[in-house]
Amino acid sequence: MLWRYTKTAAFYLLVAVIVLVSVFPFYYAILTSFKSGTALFEINYLPHHFSLDNYVSVLTTGVFVRNLGNSILVATSVVVLALFLAVTAAFALARVSFRGRGLLLMTILAVSMFPQIAVLAGLFELVRGFGLFNTPFALIFSYTIFTLPFTVWVLTTFMRDLPMEIEEAAIVDGASPWVIITKVFMPLMWPALVTTGLLAFIAAWNEFLFALTFTSSNETRTVPVAIALLSGASQYEIPWGRIMAASVIVTVPLVGLVLIFQRKIVQGLTAGGVKG
Amino acid sequence: MSAGLKLKQVKKAYGSVQVLHGIDLDIKSGEFVVFVGPSGCGKSTLLRLIAGLEDITEGTLEIGDTVVNTLPPSKRGIAMVFQSYALYPHMTVYENMAFGLKLAKAAPGEQDRRVREAAEMLQITPYLDRLPKQLSGGQRQRVAIGRAIVRDPKVFLFDEPLSNLDAALRVATRLEIAKLHERMSDTTMIYVTHDQVEAMTLADRIVVLNYGVVEQVGTPMELYHRPDNLFVARFIGSPAMNIVSATITGTGAPATVQPETGSPVTINAEVAASYLDAKATFGVRPEDLTPTDGPGLFTGTVSIVEKLGEVTLVYLDTGLAEPITVKIDGDVEIAKGETLTVTAPTERLHLFDENGVAFPRVSLSRAAE
Repeated sequence: MLWRYTKTAAFYLLVAVIVLVSVFPFYYAILTSFKSGTALFEINYLPHHFSLDNYVSVLTTGVFVRNLGNSILVATSVVVLALFLAVTAAFALARVSFRGRGLLLMTILAVSMFPQIAVLAGLFELVRGFGLFNTPFALIFSYTIFTLPFTVWVLTTFMRDLPMEIEEAAIVDGASPWVIITKVFMPLMWPALVTTGLLAFIAAWNEFLFALTFTSSNETRTVPVAIALLSGASQYEIPWGRIMAASVIVTVPLVGLVLIFQRKIVQGLTAGGVKG
Repeated sequence: MSAGLKLKQVKKAYGSVQVLHGIDLDIKSGEFVVFVGPSGCGKSTLLRLIAGLEDITEGTLEIGDTVVNTLPPSKRGIAMVFQSYALYPHMTVYENMAFGLKLAKAAPGEQDRRVREAAEMLQITPYLDRLPKQLSGGQRQRVAIGRAIVRDPKVFLFDEPLSNLDAALRVATRLEIAKLHERMSDTTMIYVTHDQVEAMTLADRIVVLNYGVVEQVGTPMELYHRPDNLFVARFIGSPAMNIVSATITGTGAPATVQPETGSPVTINAEVAASYLDAKATFGVRPEDLTPTDGPGLFTGTVSIVEKLGEVTLVYLDTGLAEPITVKIDGDVEIAKGETLTVTAPTERLHLFDENGVAFPRVSLSRAAE
């Protein structure tokens, strides 16, 4: 009996630690974002000060709103483009048997082995060559390249598990491959699409290195870079309050998206594990 | 709106593995044909070739009077019912049934009329707005059949449609398919199964397949009473036919054979003189054997008794390699270890040559055929 209580207690203690570790930084960021002046450097764990000055100043001075718009544009475009390419590719890789299919799948996987920094110089040349430098398209292009291997693999695995007979029934009903993908498979793949789409969105939203390298003006930057380059009144002042306010603004949409799609994500991550 | 099928030397190979070795088959318009055989015999492959889900390696397939080898499934005038129902999980019953018509761009009024007609026929009208997962197995299979009916096919294809249902539902759905065939009497139906009861009860004609070869085509009663070869003899009928090796000792009609043990047996078969002293096998169905007091076909000790209620299966140890199965009335008391003599009418014996091919019968076993 005692042992059972201990076990339960230990379990919830562990949960508490995990929650604390993952949520505390964000909580402290929110606290800090409401502070101003010297209060920034006082350490307290409960809200003492409340002022929206930091938010107002982030949103009104400079081009942060523009940066936010850039981030939304880039991340959304990456998700749409990557999912479209990945769904069509996954159909071919999962359902059409052709010579070299395994090799192709392995090659796609191999692409994701290279770290960003290894391909940075090459990609930079490519972006310059296409005339995309300092445009959102440079980021859309490079993020899509890095997202696709993952997206294609997940969707291929998922699509392979869809029953063959459903596809054959659709063929007998007169469906073309495009109709099979859009009308029959896509509705069945929502969990997988949401999961991969969201992960692609988060990756594009948080990406820093490419965003820093492929853009040069304030107007074309995305938020991670914009936040890093936020500067205070003087060179020696780091505007912690505004940085925290900006971080909170940037984080909230992601938290919102994850909460909205939570159930679908769980379905997507566990799909294929158990025969349904 | 109906059509027969003609298969001419249809072959199918996957790489170097030949699964169908030249199938010739003529299916009349409106006929109910069942493909039956053990797993891996190629029956499902043959159905998929007809459906167009697989390519024919060699030979021609005609539906109606058109060669359809290269036509896509949707243009062949066929509809198929799959073993796992293969309903679209995200669509309601109505949408499932209307999907094909929608793709064919049928007028909305026409779509609605045909879906409701089929639903009415199958008594699934109350479920039209439900999703497949809200239906029982039997209802799902009816929806799958409904989806096929809506297409108004010339040829109806069933791929083991009952094997996912439990025993009681299987019988009910089997009757329903029989009724459906009666109602759609000018629609050709092809049905694949490994269950010989389904084959015997549903078919106008049965095609027995084995290792990609047609062993025999015939009405259920023909297959039962006059199997062309050992394979069909053993495959049709349950429990399987008793097979005994013997030597031909008397040719002509009827012929006489000498089993490994026991006395000579006379069989109503016509055997050419050249077969004298040749090895042969003769077979007799368990249900044709009856206990007797006089001299019989087999005498042995009862080794196993299986009581099934209406009948009792008795396994007789007669000194032959295989025990002899006897199907007797369930009321007869019999115990393990007893000695039993059984006999069978001469016309119920089947004689096969060394290669398993049946010798021609002298007279037909039943006028009813």
